Amino acid sequence: MTKPRFLIWFILLLTLVSLIVDFPFIFKLPEEINISWGPIKFRRELKIKKGLDLAGGALLVLEAEMKDIASEDQDEALQAAKEVIARRIDLYGLTESLIQIAKTKDKSRIMVEMPGVKNIDEAISLVGKTAQLDFRELSEDKKASPSALQIFDFMPTDLTGRDLKKAQVQFNQQTGEPMVALQFNNEGVEKFAAITQDNVGFQVAIFLDGLPVTIPTVNEPILSGQAVISGSFDLKEAKNLAIQLNAGALPVPIKIVEQKTIGATLGEESVEKSIRGGLVGLILVILFMIVLYGFLGFLASLGLVVYGLLSLALYKLIPVTLTLPGIAGFLLSVGMAVDANILIFERLKEEKWLGKPAATAIELAFGRAWESIKDANICTLITCFILFNPFNWSFLNTSGMVRGFALTLALGIGISLFTGIVVTRTLIRIFYRSKP
Amino acid sequence: MNLMHYKKLYFLISALFLIPSIFSLIVWGIKPSIDFTGGSILELRTQNLEPSKISETEGIEGLSVQKSGEETYILKTKEIDEQKKNQLLENLKTEFGEIEEVRFETVGPSIGKELIKKTILAIVLAAGFILLYVAYRFKDKKYGVCAILAMFHDTIILLGAFSLLGHFLGVEIDTLFVTALLTILSFSVHDTVVVYDQIRDSIKKNPQVEFKALVNKAVVETLPRSINNSMTIIFMLLCLYLLGGQTIRWFSLALLIGTISGTYSSTFTAAPLLIVWDKFKKK
Repeated sequence: MTKPRFLIWFILLLTLVSLIVDFPFIFKLPEEINISWGPIKFRRELKIKKGLDLAGGALLVLEAEMKDIASEDQDEALQAAKEVIARRIDLYGLTESLIQIAKTKDKSRIMVEMPGVKNIDEAISLVGKTAQLDFRELSEDKKASPSALQIFDFMPTDLTGRDLKKAQVQFNQQTGEPMVALQFNNEGVEKFAAITQDNVGFQVAIFLDGLPVTIPTVNEPILSGQAVISGSFDLKEAKNLAIQLNAGALPVPIKIVEQKTIGATLGEESVEKSIRGGLVGLILVILFMIVLYGFLGFLASLGLVVYGLLSLALYKLIPVTLTLPGIAGFLLSVGMAVDANILIFERLKEEKWLGKPAATAIELAFGRAWESIKDANICTLITCFILFNPFNWSFLNTSGMVRGFALTLALGIGISLFTGIVVTRTLIRIFYRSKP
Repeated sequence: MNLMHYKKLYFLISALFLIPSIFSLIVWGIKPSIDFTGGSILELRTQNLEPSKISETEGIEGLSVQKSGEETYILKTKEIDEQKKNQLLENLKTEFGEIEEVRFETVGPSIGKELIKKTILAIVLAAGFILLYVAYRFKDKKYGVCAILAMFHDTIILLGAFSLLGHFLGVEIDTLFVTALLTILSFSVHDTVVVYDQIRDSIKKNPQVEFKALVNKAVVETLPRSINNSMTIIFMLLCLYLLGGQTIRWFSLALLIGTISGTYSSTFTAAPLLIVWDKFKKK
């Protein structure tokens, strides 16, 4: 019997690797894999990625208003908007975020997931602002009689946020108030010089998203290409404005159509509770199996432990973003993993009734049960496929929660087929057979 | 053991669950969550909130308050944005003291409508694929139709249970419920496939024995497996339902009801239906 011998070593090796991946700290190894082997590069942090509902954080679904944009340019505008938002969030320091485009035939949406974000108000205002910066000057006749000025007396110039090189927070040396210093690029320097030359003694307005932020009077032409926006900002607002200006303006206005924010404490509680619930369930299942099937049940439970270790390792390696429904999917698949074993053990009983020797009975039981197990799981896999929507079909759901469930359930079925059939069978062949 | 002798009893038990389910579905319908209708949910943790005092004072349309846990409350309103929510929160803080914001969700009405379409499509697709699979798997029409009937049996009971829960406890149908429903569709068929496999297996082995006796034999053989297997799933789900935190509480319950119904139907609905079908054909 070389085959089970070989298999048992393979299973032991696999279990050991899983153990290392699952609990690297026990082996005093770093929590990271970094393989660079010729063209093969593989890098993973060995941490479970927690979804929004577990880590706390915010999900925003933004809808771009495309009515002013020609239909052939819409895709590009949406892509550009996504990149701008990604840059903003990155500059803000939320590196774990996920930003996706979700386009249906008449709606252009961007989904932004920000796990672990603390200050949600701030994040929302950061992402949502168009941040269209432009400089405006007074029309000629208003310059002649500059009385009772109103917003619409200012005419747009060709100087906009596109001409910026860099925006930076500074502090007013007299008042200590935060302000945003602008540095223009070459073209911007020229444009700004021209505007200030034309407007000495008059007011020039800096508009953000169509509203004036500051309206200073030009004392002398500025040739260095430096300007300052000093509204009555607090430090946060100044920082956010600088981020928005640096990341660029959104090419389309956007609005929030869906928002989910989950406090970090709720997430922690959920993780604790569901893990406790799962563990109790698992222990019950193991006890149940041992009571029902004795030594066989014990072997199946060993298979179940391998199953748990393997799943956890795969979650880290793929990586799977774990959500609460994802945990439920995993636990449900534990039930299904045991199913394979129960089917086999019941068939085994039948074969033994028929008076077949143990060895033959085991092989027959596995063979017969395999047919049912295979068929029975196909239905669940089909459903998982529809729920997971791997091709991002816009006519199906793309909710992270639902996908989390489908993914862990499908993975669970795959792994459970392996542990239920290969692992348990090998264990039984080796340990059960040697019993009289 | 002649399990199939009590066919009528099994159908009666099914009817006992099906009739209230259908009744409730027709009369009360189901209660869709904001996932489908649009609106906002704000969950708060605080020690001294008086729900009866809130609803009138805040001036927000369609505001309702529900106690959701020991110190947590769920406020539901028409769709409000972050700004309005913060204002509401401030108002409540001045009135009731320290309040922690646990969760805030807001869904625009257009998103909700789309989700309804997507959900219906997902159900149709899943059911369609499962039908195709059953048709392919059991070339004999008899098995296919009966497996699907058993699947409907479980679907109606699950929907009915949540219709009743919705009417009496205010439980809502959300995206997760739909996920549970789809999972149960496949579980139901999964379980039936195992029973039917055994039936066809014994027909092959004993071609001359009466159909009813063979079905009975197969059911007696698969029953321990069916129950034992479901017990393990039920252990898991029950623990999740009781200990697993409120976010997945109703989700776990939906899966639990579906699993129990699915286990029952594969043995006590799907198998007797085959015998009934066979009888009618012979007449």
